[in-house]
Amino acid sequence: MVNFIWLFFILVGFIVAAINGRIEVVTEAAFEGAKTGVTVCFGLISILVFWLGMMRIAEDAGLLSKMAKLLQPLVRFLFPGIPRNHPAIGYIMSNMSANILGLGNAATPMGIKAMQELQKLNPNKEHASPEMCTLLALNTSSLTLVPTTLIAIRMNFNSLTPTDIVGTTLIATFISTAAAIMVDRWYRKRQPPIHYTKG
Amino acid sequence: MYSLVSLISAWTIPILLVFIPLYAVFRKVPVYESFTDGAKDGFDTAVKIIPHLVGMMVAISIFRASGAMDFFIGMLKPLLDYLGVPSEVFPLAILRPITGAGSLAFTTDLIKEHGPDSMIGRIASTIQGSTDTTLYVLTVYFGAVGIRKAGYALKVGLISDLVGFVAAIAVCVLVFG
Repeated sequence: MVNFIWLFFILVGFIVAAINGRIEVVTEAAFEGAKTGVTVCFGLISILVFWLGMMRIAEDAGLLSKMAKLLQPLVRFLFPGIPRNHPAIGYIMSNMSANILGLGNAATPMGIKAMQELQKLNPNKEHASPEMCTLLALNTSSLTLVPTTLIAIRMNFNSLTPTDIVGTTLIATFISTAAAIMVDRWYRKRQPPIHYTKG
Repeated sequence: MYSLVSLISAWTIPILLVFIPLYAVFRKVPVYESFTDGAKDGFDTAVKIIPHLVGMMVAISIFRASGAMDFFIGMLKPLLDYLGVPSEVFPLAILRPITGAGSLAFTTDLIKEHGPDSMIGRIASTIQGSTDTTLYVLTVYFGAVGIRKAGYALKVGLISDLVGFVAAIAVCVLVFG
């Protein structure tokens, strides 16, 4: 899919430029684009280095596990099908906490571990269980407290108020996550329930 | 509404900045070592994005400079105008679920073109922050455990992306409009 879109952009751009008799803009645009790509990445270095440093402190201080504890009631509500004290719950909480703190690097391995635990409970190994779908829904709706990368890019382009999107992002994320949870519940109710054996 | 949101925006980061190290010191964490240790990953992450961002920026730049972008946006403009959506951000709705680097590149392009503090720049930033690369997440998570049939997960992910997209526009118009 990404391959298709990438080729589509280049090919259609080439064709339109050729038809308009402005083929020279293609070369210029290609090098200009490459330059912007590198410039932006270099601009990202400062804020990513800073923020991942801060987040490591949070992790080492046990804030991640603290947040996991805070999220426990929420996890019980979202994943009622998982037996009490199952290891999947711990991984799900860590995954959610890391996502909220914007620790993508830490969130992904936790999410994969959670999926592996859920797979052990899953009676049909090729078909995603409702719990797996819920976990995925939470991850794709992007629970973020601080949109680090965006702040960096805005600073890069000399924004006067680079962080003024934190509030709007929080609200929009809240809405999309709430929608994900509701839609997930709706689909789940239309499916025959899976009876888990104590795993 | 605006004053509350800008208050949250202004305070969130400074509070985290003071709270996290203070809490860590209280828990006897060697804060400076922890910081530098984690910070190393930041550099790697930024460098790892370079190929993706260069690739996508080249393609988008050609697409835009040739006039193809304006042509497609022009076709959709009447409908989007009717819905109150700035048509320039529309490609993000399609790119976002498919490619994280691609949509980041597109957002960067919008910010560069219209300015970070413009309505379009703010909407694009908010969309980018409040949605995720659904197809990538699905591939990684389900791929890791050998799930072949995603069930309704893809639908839920895409619906939440759509809601996030609409919500981002609505919230930005409400707050910054």
